[in-house]
Amino acid sequence: MQWEVVIGLEIHTQLSTQSKIFSASSTTFGNEPNTQASAVDIALPGVLPVMNRAAVEKAIQFGLAIGAKINRKSIFARKNYFYPDLPKGYQISQFEVPVVEGGQVTIRVGDQDKVINLTRAHLEEDAGKSVHAVHGMSGIDLNRAGTPLLEIVSEPEMRSAAEAIAYAKAMHSLVTWIGICDGNMQEGSFRCDVNVSVRPLGQKEFGTRREIKNLNSFKFMEQAIKYEVQWQIEQIEDGHKIQQATVLFDTESGQTRMMRSKEDAHDYRYFPDPDLPPLVIDEAWIERVRSELPELPEAMQARFQSQYGIPAYDAATLTSSKAMASYYEATVAAGADAKLASNWIMGEISATLNREERDIADSPVAADALALLIRRVMDGTINNKTAKDVLKKMWEAGDSADAIIERDGLKQESDTGAIEAIIDEVLAANAAMVEEYKSGKEKAFNALVGQCMKASKGKANPAQVNEVLKRKLD
Amino acid sequence: MTYTLKQAADLLAAGKTSAVELASDYLARIEGAQGALNAFITVDRELTLAMARKADASRAAGNAGLLTGVPIAHKDIFCAEGWKTTCGSKMLEHFVSPYDAGVVERCTAAGLVTLGRTNMDEFAMGSSNENSAYGAVRNPWDRDAVPGGSSGGSAAAVAARLAPAATATDTGGSIRQPAAFCGVTGLKPTYGVVSRYGMVAYASSLDQGGPIAQTAEDCALMLNVMAGHDVRDSTSLEMAKEDYSRDLNQPLKGLRIGMPREYFGAGLAADVAAAIESALAEYRKLGAEVVEISLPRTELAIPAYYVIAPAEASSNLSRFDGVRYGHRAAEYTDLNDMYEKSRAEGFGWEVKRRILTGAYVLSHGYYDAYYLKAQKVRRLLSEDFQAGFGQCDVIAAPAAPTVAWNLGEKGDDPIAMYLADIYTLGVNLAGLPGIAHPVGFGANGRPVGLQLIGNYFSEARLLNAAHQFQQATDWHTRAPAL
Repeated sequence: MQWEVVIGLEIHTQLSTQSKIFSASSTTFGNEPNTQASAVDIALPGVLPVMNRAAVEKAIQFGLAIGAKINRKSIFARKNYFYPDLPKGYQISQFEVPVVEGGQVTIRVGDQDKVINLTRAHLEEDAGKSVHAVHGMSGIDLNRAGTPLLEIVSEPEMRSAAEAIAYAKAMHSLVTWIGICDGNMQEGSFRCDVNVSVRPLGQKEFGTRREIKNLNSFKFMEQAIKYEVQWQIEQIEDGHKIQQATVLFDTESGQTRMMRSKEDAHDYRYFPDPDLPPLVIDEAWIERVRSELPELPEAMQARFQSQYGIPAYDAATLTSSKAMASYYEATVAAGADAKLASNWIMGEISATLNREERDIADSPVAADALALLIRRVMDGTINNKTAKDVLKKMWEAGDSADAIIERDGLKQESDTGAIEAIIDEVLAANAAMVEEYKSGKEKAFNALVGQCMKASKGKANPAQVNEVLKRKLD
Repeated sequence: MTYTLKQAADLLAAGKTSAVELASDYLARIEGAQGALNAFITVDRELTLAMARKADASRAAGNAGLLTGVPIAHKDIFCAEGWKTTCGSKMLEHFVSPYDAGVVERCTAAGLVTLGRTNMDEFAMGSSNENSAYGAVRNPWDRDAVPGGSSGGSAAAVAARLAPAATATDTGGSIRQPAAFCGVTGLKPTYGVVSRYGMVAYASSLDQGGPIAQTAEDCALMLNVMAGHDVRDSTSLEMAKEDYSRDLNQPLKGLRIGMPREYFGAGLAADVAAAIESALAEYRKLGAEVVEISLPRTELAIPAYYVIAPAEASSNLSRFDGVRYGHRAAEYTDLNDMYEKSRAEGFGWEVKRRILTGAYVLSHGYYDAYYLKAQKVRRLLSEDFQAGFGQCDVIAAPAAPTVAWNLGEKGDDPIAMYLADIYTLGVNLAGLPGIAHPVGFGANGRPVGLQLIGNYFSEARLLNAAHQFQQATDWHTRAPAL
């Protein structure tokens, strides 16, 4: 039987505000436990929440960025359950009326574009952390309690692990792009819950879903989904029914395991929080946020194609992060050819950054330095191969392309006389190859070009070598 | 010697007494009456005298305000830095608050001296003060009688002249009913006028702090201190500072007092009805006009209240889990066992009953039938009041159907206890202000209180009416023999 996979995501993004969503405590990550926990955060008797408008503003930014409806009036609700890292015994969240409703995002898998619709995005507070095995006991760190979260819920419209990853990456890129989340997955700033079900291809009704909780890397997400899909298919094919459940992904074993079944599911007893009046967002606020919104990736991608004449693939890659996009634009602005700049950034620059696990914003070769290097290729001073070596040196030493070319004598030989002399020498020394070529072996020509380049120590202009060699042989 | 708030303030201003002297005198009275009345949960002589000395010092330095050095008592529901704040519960038996509630902060800033922390029904749940983990409070007028609740300690303390005034809270009548039972004056302000920050939450959408004192004038002075916007409470109203005593001396001529017929029918005890009738006659003499009105859905207030308040309470009290502070069971096997034992041991029966009721009405499948329905009723009750205020300026009602009942009388019958709240619940559900003031005595010499209900933000008018009544009568000056 052919199976179809159905996936929907709930993504918890920590909003990068200075202070918490309902208290004035700092949201900084990694400080000593409980040093960022005020009376409100530890839920002393009598304390009350006060809405942080900065968090609301970030939710509005997100809503506008995905073309969603911003509810003019949304409601905070209490989600009641007991857990030691939940100081009030309830989480303040939004239930019936979220701040953001609808919206969509376009993802690309292979060379296929697909629009994914969003259900909603709502504001809520994060819980603290249970720290286990401290002197054989459990501890509670409430530094994170009350950190603002925007929970982004998609429609179940993804049909493969690849689509789910593409969606998660698109969301990650978007929230970091508009600056509402630092996107740091290791620190838990961006966490995904993935709802997975399978159904016979062509069946209309959804299968029973299981929710994989708290995935904090794209790699684990992919592994988890693939394992889960396989597991569900096997279960059904073995004649079992899938039970609705929440599962965890064990990164050690690569398997998902059940955390709780539907029978143990909490009744959260949601009700509107009487401590917080409805969140009212007026037109003026929305318009101000709209006017301050940066150019969004999709719009920028279209502009890159038309303004720089680069292919869609290049435009998509270059707009995968704001830092890369601005690096690219700065490179072109400093005089580099648009397509050459794209090639260099997607190629050598990205590869080196990846290898060194660095962000493009901290690239040792700045955009204008790269542009100069590209210009030296464009004006024939060096060839492409030499340029790669020069870049390596620039990367290590921080010198300019010109300084390295000058110091190492890498200037390309374009003098026809000098090139002819080299070619004559090579032809004389490789009579056998010349014969092969003349007897029809085209490959021999390339070998001769290689010999010429070698003889010139890589400095000869390859185009010129080609041209002169051809003239002399034919 | 005992004083009203105003008298104490005047004596201090005239230099005829000091804050330390006043505090010492009242502390002695409290000590003397504690065995008989049990009106206080915590008294801390050193903390009190330190505040008094500070008040005297600031008066000596010429920085005294109107009430600097005047002693008052705080209901044990308001967090106060350095004071045990038990909220009448074993759960918070050893909880010393690290911070001040908005109300406490304001009182301290005004130079008021804290005499102690008054007894109350556990987490403000109760109408008799018998639900305190620290023992019942006795009514100073008749020690076999309850003082009312949940602010029974505050009302009894003021009635027995153990404090010139006390802070209190009112979620379903918890200021007005004990004020009536103890023969003192109590004001429940419009929801949002007094900050709830630092006031241990029972039912957040209904809780409201207010004063209990001997006179309406003192209530006005207290409200001037207690009221005001607090950015730490999102339900606190942003409004200009008001002088609640500004209209005290306005004549009542032309005041239209509405008598809702539903409040004066079956169920109202004859002794209470008689005292209320004489009070209304007095108001007529003062120039007011009494008109009959109707609040047709009055009886729905009881089921609506006993759905909404427990629902909010069940969630508000979840923080008392034994993890971070408060009572934790001595022995337990795992996390759930710790929760269960700590809460089973820390909470009393009425609190448990309301938590269970609240969790039930919010649970899946019952939410619409109970919680949502109750919210609809709440809106209808508000509409009834608005229709009523179309015909009158203030509404007169009994504060309770009977005078104070005997200790233990309704102990086994929570429903009977709930039904006794019929005249006060609607005001909280609608968020309106109400005042109760003494108007005589009923059976066994137990006090009767009249309740006046005003439209939103009409505190000054309610205080004006009660003050004019008190200028013409002396019920409020009667004190029980200690």
